[in-house]
Amino acid sequence: MNKENYKKYVSMRAEKSPVFKNCLFAFLIGGAICSFSQLLCDLYVLLGIPNDAASILVSVTLIFIAGLLTGIGTFDKIAKVGGAGTLVPITGFANAVVSPAIDNKAEGFVLGLGSKMFIIAGPVLVYGTVASAIYGVFYYFWGGAFSL
Amino acid sequence: MNGGIIHLYNEPRIISSACVVGNEEHIGPLGDLFDGYSSDPRFGMKTWESAESEMQRRAFLYALKKGSVKCEDISAVFAGDLQNQCVASTYGLLPYNAPYIGLYGACSTLAEGLVLSSMLIDSKKLCTVAVSASSHFCAAERQFRFPLEYGSQRPPTAQRTVTAAGTFILSQSGADIRICDVLIGRICDSGISDISNMGAAMAPAAADTLCRYFAQSQKRPSDFDLILTGDLGYEGIKILKDLCFAKGLDLSGNLNDCGLLIYSASEQDVHAGGSGCGCSAAVMSGYIMKRLKDKTLKNILLMCTGAMMSPTSLLQGQSIPSIAHLVHIRG
Repeated sequence: MNKENYKKYVSMRAEKSPVFKNCLFAFLIGGAICSFSQLLCDLYVLLGIPNDAASILVSVTLIFIAGLLTGIGTFDKIAKVGGAGTLVPITGFANAVVSPAIDNKAEGFVLGLGSKMFIIAGPVLVYGTVASAIYGVFYYFWGGAFSL
Repeated sequence: MNGGIIHLYNEPRIISSACVVGNEEHIGPLGDLFDGYSSDPRFGMKTWESAESEMQRRAFLYALKKGSVKCEDISAVFAGDLQNQCVASTYGLLPYNAPYIGLYGACSTLAEGLVLSSMLIDSKKLCTVAVSASSHFCAAERQFRFPLEYGSQRPPTAQRTVTAAGTFILSQSGADIRICDVLIGRICDSGISDISNMGAAMAPAAADTLCRYFAQSQKRPSDFDLILTGDLGYEGIKILKDLCFAKGLDLSGNLNDCGLLIYSASEQDVHAGGSGCGCSAAVMSGYIMKRLKDKTLKNILLMCTGAMMSPTSLLQGQSIPSIAHLVHIRG
């Protein structure tokens, strides 16, 4: 069996991840996170915080909760079931920063924690920043047509 | 003959073995058979890496005690693990001050050590030799995959690195369990680059070694009580059966895998089974050696499979080469 045929044979026989179940749990858990966030936002507004600040505060709260759950070893257990439901909201980003930070603490705060904490989230930051810079250029020249 | 079976006419003996495992392995079906375990995954140390060294240190000590061998009598230690520069073995065996040779054969390390040490004992170059191998789930995860607390879903073909260390003491005489012949594996590259399907990456190497062994020895699989692979897992072992069957070798009767034996698939969340150097070391030391001693197994083939998976090479577009060394053991 040559390499190509072997690869085909392997991918054909490999047990597939349960896509329907994964999607369902991602929908439910992701939906729960979003509903909770909306609830949080309404609560902040109710407490007299302006709308803009309330939205930012929701993100901050979610990052805090995800960071805390990662630290106490619970986040990965939720993410194992929730999949993209926990990965796509800002909770996934927080987990991607906090988990390598915990792992690499033993190698020191500078060369361990400090340099390795962006090992997973780094590409998101780099390409997110590049994309926003490109968008900025377009917005500068053709402002109105590109406003969100 | 190039790539031929190496017959060991003086039949080096395995005089003792010991292993130390982590908690997940302890609660598995073979849990009571291991010599030591710790419910603390750090084994009282500060880091996962040091924990693996501590396992090696303890396994080595237990093996010496069980075999009533003094450390000064050890002519050489052949040891390996999955960490960079094999530091789990170096730090773990440092206190013993024994002549040391570090091995890297990924999960095939145990068989690699047994092959080399038994040949040196057979040729009377060395008298008493120790072979150690270890792996630690946490140390391996962070080196090869993701941080431990990173939330991700593993596919069904992914395996769990076994937290265990095992040591075997070999000598020219002193026990019934003996190594009769060995076959050195050839590097196989089957083009697989999926780190979540190591069984598929390693199965062709296992098939190559096994087919060569049966072709050269004129023996049949039914001549053995057990053909034991190292860590092919549920996926790899099925592929091995298919590949061998296509070459006219029916392994359906007596093939098993250390990665299947060490965990309970129905009760433990381990997907396709166990993997890592510690997998075959723990199962061989804790379970198979006992069965060889009480003669419920008399004639076995141990074939440890290793996937040479480098995260750097994978990112550079390379696939995962693999290897499988074979050791024929009689009880």
